[in-house]
Amino acid sequence: MDRHRADGRRGTPSPVTAMPRRIFDFLSSLKLTVTCLSLAIILVFVGTLAQVDSGIYEVQRRYFQSLVVWWPATPGAFSLPVFPGGHLLGAVLLLNLVAAHARRFRWTWKKFGIHLTHAGLIILLVGGLFTDLFSVESFLRLAPGETKNYSEDPRAVELAVIDGSDSGFDQVAAIPESRLRRGGTIGHGSLPFRIIVRRFYQNSRFQPIGEAARDAAPAATRGPGSQIAVFEVPRATAMNERDLQSAVIEIVPASDPRQSLGTWLVSGQLGAPQTVSCEGKTWRLAMRPARYYKPYSLTLRKFSHERYPGTEIPKNFASHAVLTDPEHQENRDVLISMNHPLRYRGDTYFQSGFEKGDTATILQVVYNPGFIAPYVACAVVGTGLLYQFALHFAGFLNRRKTTP
Amino acid sequence: MKRWPTWIALAVAALWVTSNSRMPKSAPGDRDLVAFGKIPVLADGRTKPLDTVARNALLVIHGRQTLRLDDTRTIGARRWLADVLFDAPLADKYPAFVIHNPDVLGLFGWEQDGRKYFSFAELVPFLEKIDMQGEQVERIEPSARTPFQVAIRNLRNSLALYQRLKNSLRPEVTGSFADEVATFEKAISPGLEAMREREKGGKFDKEKFDVFVALAARFQTMGEMACVFPVPPGPSGSGPRGEWISIGASLLQTISDGVVDPATKSWALVGDAYHGGDPELFNRHLPDLSGRMAESEPQATARAAYEFLFNQLEPFYQAMGLYVLAFLLVCFSWLGGSRSLGTAAFCVLLLALAAHTFGLGSRMYLQGRPPVTNLYSSAIFIGWATAVIGLVIERIFRDGVGSACAAVIGFTTLIIAHHLAGSGDTLEMLQAVLDTNIWLATHVVAITIGYSAMFLAGTLAAIYVVRGVFTTSLTKESAESLSRMTYGVICFATLFSFVGTVLGGIWADQSWGRFWGWDPKENGALLIVLWCAVTLHARWGGFLRQRGLAVMALFGNVITSFSWFGVNMLGVGLHSYGFMNKAVPWLAGFMVSQLVLMAFASLPPARWKSFQGTKTTS
Repeated sequence: MDRHRADGRRGTPSPVTAMPRRIFDFLSSLKLTVTCLSLAIILVFVGTLAQVDSGIYEVQRRYFQSLVVWWPATPGAFSLPVFPGGHLLGAVLLLNLVAAHARRFRWTWKKFGIHLTHAGLIILLVGGLFTDLFSVESFLRLAPGETKNYSEDPRAVELAVIDGSDSGFDQVAAIPESRLRRGGTIGHGSLPFRIIVRRFYQNSRFQPIGEAARDAAPAATRGPGSQIAVFEVPRATAMNERDLQSAVIEIVPASDPRQSLGTWLVSGQLGAPQTVSCEGKTWRLAMRPARYYKPYSLTLRKFSHERYPGTEIPKNFASHAVLTDPEHQENRDVLISMNHPLRYRGDTYFQSGFEKGDTATILQVVYNPGFIAPYVACAVVGTGLLYQFALHFAGFLNRRKTTP
Repeated sequence: MKRWPTWIALAVAALWVTSNSRMPKSAPGDRDLVAFGKIPVLADGRTKPLDTVARNALLVIHGRQTLRLDDTRTIGARRWLADVLFDAPLADKYPAFVIHNPDVLGLFGWEQDGRKYFSFAELVPFLEKIDMQGEQVERIEPSARTPFQVAIRNLRNSLALYQRLKNSLRPEVTGSFADEVATFEKAISPGLEAMREREKGGKFDKEKFDVFVALAARFQTMGEMACVFPVPPGPSGSGPRGEWISIGASLLQTISDGVVDPATKSWALVGDAYHGGDPELFNRHLPDLSGRMAESEPQATARAAYEFLFNQLEPFYQAMGLYVLAFLLVCFSWLGGSRSLGTAAFCVLLLALAAHTFGLGSRMYLQGRPPVTNLYSSAIFIGWATAVIGLVIERIFRDGVGSACAAVIGFTTLIIAHHLAGSGDTLEMLQAVLDTNIWLATHVVAITIGYSAMFLAGTLAAIYVVRGVFTTSLTKESAESLSRMTYGVICFATLFSFVGTVLGGIWADQSWGRFWGWDPKENGALLIVLWCAVTLHARWGGFLRQRGLAVMALFGNVITSFSWFGVNMLGVGLHSYGFMNKAVPWLAGFMVSQLVLMAFASLPPARWKSFQGTKTTS
């Protein structure tokens, strides 16, 4: 690097060495820092205002967890990248930070606080990226007495094809939402038939054929879908709304794909599972929230919901549950309440909500391998800033004393 | 140096404080409403003196803490509450309900004639209409409500509160409640006997049965309507699980206990004496009741007495007056150039800070919580923290700038707090998710100190710009020292904003497993941190000098006000507590004023009065 600088001073840089040097200069410059931070401010500001119309989830995906922001956002329309997204800005800032340190780092106590601060920021940014990429959030809804060994995705669905012929357990083939959206023909080794996705609705509304939708065509030929018309509606944006995904599928025997068994409408909006028979066996079809299975289970014993006397203000929510893990030979009572989560085998269970009338508890389940990063980062940056501020302040007071 | 201005200023300040600190006394021969106001009861989830119940309820219903009956008579909150509780027919005629919205008046077929206050009796014919309209509004998202809808909903809530109050301590319509209670006590066992006989299908005493059932139903309704819970748990634990209960619930409990709770009896006697208009009898029964409270609930009684004192002293109101005085003194010291006036301002500010601190500390003691628990208390705390930092700066630089900032921000934030207090009890109970003192004490306090520092930096920059552009008083030295103060305060803001923001993330990680959710309030905090980072890096890189720093600090005001108030107005996210339509124009006005100042700051140095003729550019 020293040689590069010497080259530069001589004024006759060779084009080969000058280019990387210029890039390095650019990457480590304060101007880049200020530019990126300013762009980040605009991004955060616009992203905050956009939540009024688009909802928090959509905004996160579009503005913060993306490389670039596309505009207009309507799906299918021609759109252009108009602004750097959160991931791009974060990555450039990270590069900038590392490059600046590589170029200017010199060990002095005077700069110690600055170095600590930036080291902490690196931890924070890397940790944030790690969390964005690897963390999984899901929900666990439990009524008193109920036991579950899986949690459910709040947004994504899966199409479960369940073989209940064995009385001991169900054999399930689950097709994820992303696969359904892609369409085409889906087969599975354990199934004697294939599933052809005729149509996938990201968000849908039903109307019964009859008075309301006299002219509409039924969605499917078999099951309740033969009495229902389906309409595509825009994606849900409000905090308390969810997409209601539906699909129309056709089932054909694997042995003779030309002979259709009919079409089915599958959706979380339909209550009971439907059945399909093929080669003398019956399967159940259910569109349900995507599941994350755990090697252990939770049983809810009791859900308590305290209010302050004489008011409706909630004082505390708590789930009293039993944790059973045959693998680790655990069988114990656990208490999950507001601000007191349960951490077990990489998952954390938080008291998130409850169903009307306190009939069931809703726990948020988070798997986040990077959860420790912010704790470390906060301590490191806090120390760094405090050190630097104290140093400046002391120096400033001393100077004033000596030069009144 | 002349000392007399200091002494005069201090005398004015002392006069202000003492004139506002007189304890109320009941006139001899009149009902002792002071002692009445100190009695602790449970309302909105916490025990508080009746004085607080009165003030909050009147504030919600009437919009102020005193009630003007006509051109000559004004009554206080305690008197109003006592009338509502014990003499409902009289209180029904008071013009207590405030209605500003012309459409609401139109709903009643009333023309707008400048009257804003209406009595319950006037509203009685429209109760059903109001209830129906108000209920419809409940289904509409708060951010989507029209002014009419907000007004009708408020009126409905006020009426509900009023009617609950009327039935909290005695039935709205009764001659002697004590007699009723005694009749009930005697009717219980024969009534139960008759009830058992009736169930068996045998012959029963219909008259006794009817008396018992009618009174029990009456008390049950009372218990359901009550919003004041005045019967303490007591040594015997009268309430279930040792809780305070309503008069109605206490009487129903008599069915299983056999005897009426002595506190309930005492309340009935006090109420009857008040209702009968007999001050002497009222004053004779009242000490029984307060004595009983003090004996069974010594802690709640002491706390209530303290809160009564706190209500009377109105420390924030006093501090507001002192901040104004201090600011005037600083201005005079700048105009006249007298150091002595600056010292006087500093002393008055210390006094203001003492009042402010007393208020803040009292709230913490009463609530048993760290200082910031809602938007109201954040305003109080921002003012307090700025005053402290401002005074420290003043001690270092001694040029009146620190004092001026402390006075301006202290006063403004207290005014803001005053306007935020209209929704009732500012010491409200905390939602379950907020019920954690560790995070309230660290995250919330750090963030709020960050806000304080940002506003302080912005105010320093405003002083720099106003003095530089419009006066010739900004010398090279004072410009430098102002700029240095701004820079130092921004460093301080960076420290607290960053740590506070990350602590908030950690709290979120602890509570619902998500360090960062891009919630508007979180984003607001992040904007402040990013803004500080941009400012500091730009200064280190030499892209910003004095004027640039001032522009940045002024825009910091815009960002901080957006983060503090603006994001709440978006009506999305987890932090969107307290939606305030009314504050929108004020917030917008503030932001525009800062932008105007920024435009002035961006004028070339030649256009700055202070820099004309000198070659010092910034």
